[in-house]
Amino acid sequence: MTGKVLTITSGKGGVGKTTTTANIGVALAALGGRVVCIDGDIGLRNLDVVMGLENRIVYDIVDVVEGRARLRQAMIKDKRLPELNLIPAAQTRDKSAVSPADMIKICNELRPDFDWILIDSPAGIERGFRNSIAAADLILIVTNPEVSAVRDADRVIGLIEAEEKGPGQLIINRVKIDMVKRGDMLSTEDVLDILAVPLLGVIPDDEGILISTNRGAPAAMDEKSRSGQAFRDIARRLRGEDVPFMSLEDNRGFLQKLAARFGRNGA
Amino acid sequence: MNFLDRLFGRRETPSAKTAKERLQFVLIHDRTDISPAVLEQLKDEIIAVISKHLEINRAGVEINLSQTQRENKLIANIPLIMGPGGSKKRKRDNR
Repeated sequence: MTGKVLTITSGKGGVGKTTTTANIGVALAALGGRVVCIDGDIGLRNLDVVMGLENRIVYDIVDVVEGRARLRQAMIKDKRLPELNLIPAAQTRDKSAVSPADMIKICNELRPDFDWILIDSPAGIERGFRNSIAAADLILIVTNPEVSAVRDADRVIGLIEAEEKGPGQLIINRVKIDMVKRGDMLSTEDVLDILAVPLLGVIPDDEGILISTNRGAPAAMDEKSRSGQAFRDIARRLRGEDVPFMSLEDNRGFLQKLAARFGRNGA
Repeated sequence: MNFLDRLFGRRETPSAKTAKERLQFVLIHDRTDISPAVLEQLKDEIIAVISKHLEINRAGVEINLSQTQRENKLIANIPLIMGPGGSKKRKRDNR
């Protein structure tokens, strides 16, 4: 079996693409998949810090494209999950240092040795986005239940359909269930009505994400994390398992909620 | 909604509903690349063409883009002004 290339994109910036890439990568690797995550955001690299691998970068993807390093030399192995790897972006170059053809070549080289190749797309719909979707077998669109993010997601869905890479699958991130209940946040159903693409997962808004990013240990590594659980569910769905969508109800007890309110995060 | 509004039972439309309606409207135009201004122009021209042949209620003409899933349609609603037994303007033998 050859590896599947998943591109994580969104149009709008700041919706959680990099966090999603890191967490799905962790979750797939924890399930025994051989995973490599590629940072497609050349010039604004971030997947390395979110994954906690920033201190180990020697070569990056531009070094590979320009022949200064072999793919294997640029690849950083995560010591916590031996099947998880990262190919970092270059920080001092721009998107034009890599072409869509380069990305296809790199992915084809990786396919025989990995089950999953995850590409973290930059925001926008220009060169970096084009590079990131060039090799994709499946495109995951991350959005937030918020007008600008949904509008941009719709634009991206249109573009990937035009490239015949559609329709893609949707991840709705940062859902605040209390606000949805009050009628002050678009619900999952609302977003699906508007975008009309298959749903892959719903991630509850979770302060723990910031804490895990602070530490460089994606939430999917933490068995107790609710958002981590939502990412693990996505990984299982990607493997073809039928996993019901979890209830977003806050089922913590009163004392736990009280503790959370006073800033204790239990970590 | 503030406390007083709640006390007197004044209810605003939930903001998520407003968001959904606004998104659906803007996305129809985004997807088709037809701006509201183009639609307005189209409406004027359709009125002009149809008025050559039929008497219509100009104020009641509606031209809208509509969507079902990811398919878009242009829907025109053009009310005719009909006298008893047919159009005021057109003779019956033309039908």
